[in-house]
Amino acid sequence: MTSTVEPEVGRARLRKEDARLITGRTRWTDNITLPGLLHMAILRSPVAHARITNIDTSEARESSGVLAVVTGADLADEQGSLPCAWPITEDMKAPDAPSLAVDTVNFAGEAVAVVVARSSYEAHDALDAIDVDYEDLPVVLDMQEAIADGADLVHPGLGTNSSATWIFDSGEAGSGGNVDEALGQGEVVVERTFRQQRLIPAFMEPRSVVVDPTGEQITMWSATQIPHILRLMLAMTLGLPEHKVRVIAPDVGGGFGGKLQVTPEEVISLLVARKLGRPVKYTESRSESLQSAHHGRDQIQKLTMSARRDGTITGLKVDLLADMGAYLRLVTPGVPILGAFMFNAIYKIPAYRFTCTNVFTNKTPTDAYRGAGRPEATFAIERMMDEVAVELGMEPLELREKNWIKHEEFPFTTVSTLTYDSGNYEAATEKAKELFGYDALRAEQAERRAQGDPVQLGIGISTFTEMCGLAPSRVLGSLSYGAGGWEHAAVRMLPTGKVEVVTGSSPHGQGHETAWSQIVADQLGVPFDDVEVLHGDTQSSHKGLDTYGSRSLTVGAMAVLKAGAKVIEKARTVAAHMMECSPDDLEFAHGKFTVKGTDSSTGIQDVALAVFAAHDLPDGVEPSLDSEATFDPENFSFPHGTHLCAAEVDTETGAVRLRSYVSVDDVGAVVNPLIVEGQVHGGLAQGIAQALFEEAVHDESGTLTTGTLVDYLVPSAADLPSFTTDRTETRSTTNELGVKGVGEAGTIASTPAVVNAIVDAVRHLGVNDIEMPCTPMRVWQAIHGGAR
Amino acid sequence: MRISVTVDGTTYTDDVEPRLLLVHYLRERLGKTGTVVGCDTSNCGACTVHLDGHSVKSCSVLAVQADGSEITTIEGLARDGQLHPLQEAFHDRHALQCGFCTPGMIMQSLDLLADNPAPDEQAVRHGLEGNLCRCTGYQNIVSAVQDAAQKMSPGAGPEVERVGDEMSGRHQARTPATSSGGE
Repeated sequence: MTSTVEPEVGRARLRKEDARLITGRTRWTDNITLPGLLHMAILRSPVAHARITNIDTSEARESSGVLAVVTGADLADEQGSLPCAWPITEDMKAPDAPSLAVDTVNFAGEAVAVVVARSSYEAHDALDAIDVDYEDLPVVLDMQEAIADGADLVHPGLGTNSSATWIFDSGEAGSGGNVDEALGQGEVVVERTFRQQRLIPAFMEPRSVVVDPTGEQITMWSATQIPHILRLMLAMTLGLPEHKVRVIAPDVGGGFGGKLQVTPEEVISLLVARKLGRPVKYTESRSESLQSAHHGRDQIQKLTMSARRDGTITGLKVDLLADMGAYLRLVTPGVPILGAFMFNAIYKIPAYRFTCTNVFTNKTPTDAYRGAGRPEATFAIERMMDEVAVELGMEPLELREKNWIKHEEFPFTTVSTLTYDSGNYEAATEKAKELFGYDALRAEQAERRAQGDPVQLGIGISTFTEMCGLAPSRVLGSLSYGAGGWEHAAVRMLPTGKVEVVTGSSPHGQGHETAWSQIVADQLGVPFDDVEVLHGDTQSSHKGLDTYGSRSLTVGAMAVLKAGAKVIEKARTVAAHMMECSPDDLEFAHGKFTVKGTDSSTGIQDVALAVFAAHDLPDGVEPSLDSEATFDPENFSFPHGTHLCAAEVDTETGAVRLRSYVSVDDVGAVVNPLIVEGQVHGGLAQGIAQALFEEAVHDESGTLTTGTLVDYLVPSAADLPSFTTDRTETRSTTNELGVKGVGEAGTIASTPAVVNAIVDAVRHLGVNDIEMPCTPMRVWQAIHGGAR
Repeated sequence: MRISVTVDGTTYTDDVEPRLLLVHYLRERLGKTGTVVGCDTSNCGACTVHLDGHSVKSCSVLAVQADGSEITTIEGLARDGQLHPLQEAFHDRHALQCGFCTPGMIMQSLDLLADNPAPDEQAVRHGLEGNLCRCTGYQNIVSAVQDAAQKMSPGAGPEVERVGDEMSGRHQARTPATSSGGE
């Protein structure tokens, strides 16, 4: 038997997943065809708020190839209300959320009727023949207006546009001082309001769902991040027996939180397929996706920070308005709450209060988008650190260093009650400064200012952390979240010594098949290629909580490791029996059980065959080398890093060019450096896109005017620079692997680094903020309109 | 309308509606699901294939316009079990994550290298600006294209497939049995 000597963990293994993806042998949901498959198309509301007074489907029903036209009234008794799993307060107001609108529509893009036809073309033809009468209702778009007295209401039945107000106060929690006192006594007090524009996740694969209601079970294939949660929620929402529902997430083309959802389209497809007794497919167009798949961010953040003249921060008050859109989707209300723990970031802030009001508007519902709450908080605090530094006349890095948690102070319990297990902000910052050429760039900046160069240089800093590894179940319980945060895995040794790993994480581009194989190859001492990773099907992977919140490695892989350890212990008993010694006399390394102090050994893959044959097992030992395990983390993990951005701003045109971008991330131990680097690159691109390009814009009638990729500016290769990425490695002390997670780091860190750089470039021209995205027009207006 | 199209070396004759998009013809009639649809405004490039040696966004071409043409998709790029250097380079440089944009990205890269066999970074970035990727931040894609360019340069090794204007003849010399793609 082969034994692996060079450790797999830490190697830049090329990905197993690639073979099918680079040759087109993929299994996207939209590829699936079944006998008798029907195609569904959705008619969506063109208006943001209206009463539906009549729907005439008679002509559509006569259209060629059409088998059924279904409206909300047809599904009203069975569709239930789409689930919201995070009631953040006991008195949170939540409207009924039908999948297919029944009486009213509350955002432009809401599903109003569906056509089922033999072909997708025929289904779309018939949509044009449906006639809907709308009686306009007042449209609520602005959060501040929405919570003013006498405002028009999105859901009149709720009596308010405010869904909930959630408060954390360090004085009350006992984790810090009274913030009002701190602000009142501050030698310097700075107040700023930032706007987190509305964003669209814009995963590359449009959402798609196929439902097969024939047979004993209902089978749903969906382009989802959460097959396990989806199955449970379908059962609970629709009253289906859970064991009669199978959900499969085949190849899934990106998610970024956008596919962390139980969607109206999934529910409608299921109900319609069941009604017709035939398989049904629905695949959204990109325009439908941009309009109706959930959006992200959209907050107004007011921060007040106090400090002493020497730069010691003494207090922070955060007042947020968070736009829910028209309905509460799966975790909509909790997204800003995730940020509540991150506004204090890497800093020792003695007094803190966070107040968030969640507001309904007649827009597409918001929900998780890469980072979910943490990018918002990080942006605001990192922008604020620059503003306070200016107020104090301090170098912004110096202010940060004065206030951050020193490496010898870990573990450190923050003012928002989280305990950061490890970190070394000094090391990451030092490395980043060196790679960036910080001092030389500062000198060049001074020179350009002195010369009045029309192209000014700015330096942006972001020293960030994030809470990853969602999540300790007890903590989720204390935040009223509807589920736990554990993850499940199974490790099975087959008779030939090959290994199947079943994971409850559900990858959609992250590379679990490769990374999990590396971990198990090391642990069991088997070749990398002998490990197969199974996922994304509730039949083969019966238990799991799926993939989001940078949780896969920190929670999912830990479950794999735990299951693998049980396999080794089972094998040890059998190996000892085979070698006629005591299990305690055996040591296990590189796939072999060796009798201590001898060269007598047996490979675990040979044990697997002996277990299968079961001819001579010790008494009481089951003939199986399979194990399952569920891992519930004791704490979050806290990746951190220092990102530095040099931006050139043309003061005559407002154009911004990113000249260099350096990121030094500390994600703890690294399983596969290639995958980590790729995650950072992609994260940076998304964070930079928020800073410079992307914004979901609605006109005064509530119509999304950025409803295609012509208008919603997902950056291309030509819009982005090359990044210099590096790492420091401070292991997490919370999990055995020492890992922290990397999926969201780049996105969280980069947005403030870029905006800080742009503001820094033109601050001497009287600019102290520029609203995102920092388009040439906005930058030009900020410069030429003076201070904002 | 009746059309006759050669796709990845196999000739198909079909009756199609005049409005049928080429990408839907490939996916739904021929089962060539390696080519995917990512948008409805021809911005994303996920559906890029080669039509008579040049890249096109197959969501913007009618199937009837392809009548009499030779089409190469991602599924026809590997030859006799041998990956194309671009496919290898995308793998070697970790130039894909979810992989949804990858078929279009590789087919567009091939077109780019046919025009410019030794592109610098900016040339690659501009050559791929009609293809969107949401996962990689493009850096490894750029590096993969430059890596493939080196491997494809004359004298760099055995002659590799370079889909250019000369490709039609080469396609005709191949038999369907060897053109089904895959590894």
